[in-house]
Amino acid sequence: MLDAVDAASTEDFYAGVPDEIRLKRPLDLPTPIPAESDLVRHVQALLARNTSTRDVISFLGGGCYQHHVPAVCDEINSRSEFLTAYAGEPYEDHGRFQALFEYESMMGELLLRDVVNVPVYDGFQAGGTAVRMAARITGRRRALMAASVSADKRSKIGDYVRPDVDIELVPFDLETGRLDLAALRAALGPDVACVFVENPSYLGPIEIDGPEIVRLAHAAGALVVVSVDPSTLGVLAPPSSWGADIDCGDIQPLGLHQHFGGANGGFIASDDDPTVVMEYPSRLFGIAPTVVPGEIGFGDVAYERTSFAVREEGKEWVGTAAALWGITAAVYLALMGPQGMCDLGTTMMARTRYAMTRLGSIPGIRIPFASTPHAKEFVLDVSPSGRSISSLSAALRERGIFLGIDLTQEQPGLGEAALVAVTEVVTQDDIDRLADACAEVLQ
Amino acid sequence: MSAPEKTTTAADGLPIEAKPWPRRFHQASWDEPIIFDLSVPGARGILPPLPEAGVTALVGDPAAELPVGIGRATLPALPEMSQLHVVRHFERLSQENIGVDLNIDIGQGTCTMKYSPKVNDQLVSAPSVADTHPLQDPSTVQGTLEIMWRFERMLAEISGMDRVSLQPGAGSSAIWANVAMIRAWHESRGEGDKRDEVITTIFSHPSNAAAAKVAGYRVITLYPDADGYPDLEALKSVVSERTAALLITNPEDTGIFNPRITEFVRVVHEAGGLCCYDQANANGILGITRARDAGFDLCHFNIHKTFSTPHGCGGPGSGAVCVSAELAPFLPRPTIERGEDGLYLDNDRPLSIGKVRPWYGVTPNLVRAYAWVMSLGAEGLRQVAETAVLNNNYLLKKVLEIRGVSAPYASGQRRIEQVRYSWEELTGDTGIHSEQIGFRAADFGTHYWTSHHPFVVPEPMTLEPTESYSRDDLDEYTAILAKIASEAYEEPETITTAPHNSTIHQMNQTALDDPDRWAVTWRAYKRKHLAG
Repeated sequence: MLDAVDAASTEDFYAGVPDEIRLKRPLDLPTPIPAESDLVRHVQALLARNTSTRDVISFLGGGCYQHHVPAVCDEINSRSEFLTAYAGEPYEDHGRFQALFEYESMMGELLLRDVVNVPVYDGFQAGGTAVRMAARITGRRRALMAASVSADKRSKIGDYVRPDVDIELVPFDLETGRLDLAALRAALGPDVACVFVENPSYLGPIEIDGPEIVRLAHAAGALVVVSVDPSTLGVLAPPSSWGADIDCGDIQPLGLHQHFGGANGGFIASDDDPTVVMEYPSRLFGIAPTVVPGEIGFGDVAYERTSFAVREEGKEWVGTAAALWGITAAVYLALMGPQGMCDLGTTMMARTRYAMTRLGSIPGIRIPFASTPHAKEFVLDVSPSGRSISSLSAALRERGIFLGIDLTQEQPGLGEAALVAVTEVVTQDDIDRLADACAEVLQ
Repeated sequence: MSAPEKTTTAADGLPIEAKPWPRRFHQASWDEPIIFDLSVPGARGILPPLPEAGVTALVGDPAAELPVGIGRATLPALPEMSQLHVVRHFERLSQENIGVDLNIDIGQGTCTMKYSPKVNDQLVSAPSVADTHPLQDPSTVQGTLEIMWRFERMLAEISGMDRVSLQPGAGSSAIWANVAMIRAWHESRGEGDKRDEVITTIFSHPSNAAAAKVAGYRVITLYPDADGYPDLEALKSVVSERTAALLITNPEDTGIFNPRITEFVRVVHEAGGLCCYDQANANGILGITRARDAGFDLCHFNIHKTFSTPHGCGGPGSGAVCVSAELAPFLPRPTIERGEDGLYLDNDRPLSIGKVRPWYGVTPNLVRAYAWVMSLGAEGLRQVAETAVLNNNYLLKKVLEIRGVSAPYASGQRRIEQVRYSWEELTGDTGIHSEQIGFRAADFGTHYWTSHHPFVVPEPMTLEPTESYSRDDLDEYTAILAKIASEAYEEPETITTAPHNSTIHQMNQTALDDPDRWAVTWRAYKRKHLAG
């Protein structure tokens, strides 16, 4: 092949690389393991140091959840045609366009929205973009954010929007866990672009004051952005139904494994108002007819708003993000159907309440915000026991239980607290074991 | 492989005639309805668990007790389907898609469409990867942390940089992380307000310009000089005390290595700016030349390009940012550190830009990429680069034999891993545009891509053969292009009416830019086009 291109060696091809920046030694990398069988043993030996959440009872959540992943989800997202394709055009990768259009459409039914994007990287990115969209639409630069939002999410969104938007935190009510409406009223003003709340909140309570938050924000000319957990929307009214303007969130709960926090996709949704649609940076796949009657094609809606089309003159940027996870979420929603999503939410809410009740009856444990309905997660505080949450977690770990996320760093006001998630894979038996173990340790 | 010899066939049809060249192709075309039209009332695909009797006895049905307006009033109108019908629908759609595994995927230049070893997919589907939570105690995830830590060291060696973060979700996310670090670095030195300009080049990925803009910078774009290199004189004329950084790719989309790259770095450094190397696609230079050795302060890699992880129809990808020691304090948090009790996650990093995405990175792709590098080692990575570059120069020679195509700039010179070609001559001769050639390429089961916008190279086509494809593969792809070019001259209507053998036929996309007519969801389509 060198002969075919009249080259003496591959060195010829690098003639344009100046000598002073050529690497004149081999890279210093580990000795390779060329045999596949040896490679498998090597990697598996490293991974054997991990404990999977399947090997224990896990109550870890906080944005990454152990929901059941239907076998069909893994089957479809392992298909070579989807797994190894990339940014194909509608004519040779029609399947990808239809699957992602169906993702948009099923999310649209869940959210009761006419516009949903092709997924961005994750819910943090979707949140940052939703805030920026609100600022562009209103021409204002203050955003009010619930102080219950996780420290990591605040970090991402804050750094992402800061040239154009100032984020101010609005406290949550320490009794109810919901947004402090008096504080919201005081903070709202003619320069506020949006109010950003979560439903359910990161700390678990359902934001049942959502309609009032929308009324207050709209009265001040501000938009309402709601980050919502899609797994709860079989039982919770979508934010659109109480008047919110832009929805965002993460699709990890919809058929994706936890992957050590590495499997995410961000959705953004709104009504079909061109003023809003033109502010999306993401790709939006839409329907197009073909020359054959009945045949359905797809293409990019309003492509000229994207950075692909006009570089820095576009809205933020678009790039490789999470398409395969979007397809997976589509498969998940099709499997679950209306009743499946309802059952999922019903079971999670019941078991979450059951866990709050069981644990709350144990001396030494306090369940804050217990008067507010919760969806799948709640805060547990062991301050009354005199123990630290980290010592309780460690003791439970020895008993094969991963308790929950330690909140002492990011929410010190909540005491010795952990965030406990109860998905549908956690059974009554699992909760009883947790309660028994907590009682034993705290005795 | 070349055009097969003619055979003589008897009345019974044997021996079977030799296959035509290039091969005939027809994509699956199931005429599959939109999934909502497959709904059958009452059908179920999977059954979630219901609350146990003991749970209900204690707490009742909390969902039913939600306040009016907060509980969902009506079930979501999702399709109702049996599991078989869900599987069938999506398997049919998958057949209407073409991945690397199915054909010669060299037509998506800049994307580095290489083979992803199947064993790596198998490794990451294990519960020890797939079913681990990011906040379980670090003592229970030492395996993954060890793999990430080692992979960081590998990328540090490959880039020549000191520290690495694997957090970014993909390439543009990594560009963002680098721009955010540049901004934080200047702010830490009290120059955040003063340095408000970022310089990039038109042949660098659009996200370099776009991410810089999002970070608050004024973007200055350099165009190529007559030889196709970024214009050094133009750089000198725009660099100043306002320069925060240069974001530059090398080789650019033209595949031409910029031999004056250290001069670019020197000019920007002398003005007090930082230099950031976009190595999204480093496939042609692994083990040949390194970002730090060329003087750069930061760089990034796309793990789904150079490091082989599958592209997933457009993600999940994975990005890595690599920085000098001076920039290391600004890396996204947490970093992975080695302590007395093993590896741990360090969030106590006061100068950090904070989070770029949730948690630590696209873990499954990081494990895949680690396994890929371990299977190759230093010598193997260099062979990857050399083979990719050899393939590219072979393809260049073959493509330039086709009527109507050229490779603008650096005439007669070697290219690195890809080439941006031009069909300008063919368009002038026949009126057929590059985009139409792409429509026709679909009839042969191949991807084809023009270029990022704007089209600096007229009627562009960007090909990148990587190391995965054989000489026969390259000959076959070239034969397809040659056939299409010949059609352009001899029977252009075959192209203007293409595709013919694809899943769908030519579209009318005018509604996609019309707010009254576009439909991003099925519910919007029904409302706009099927109501009343």
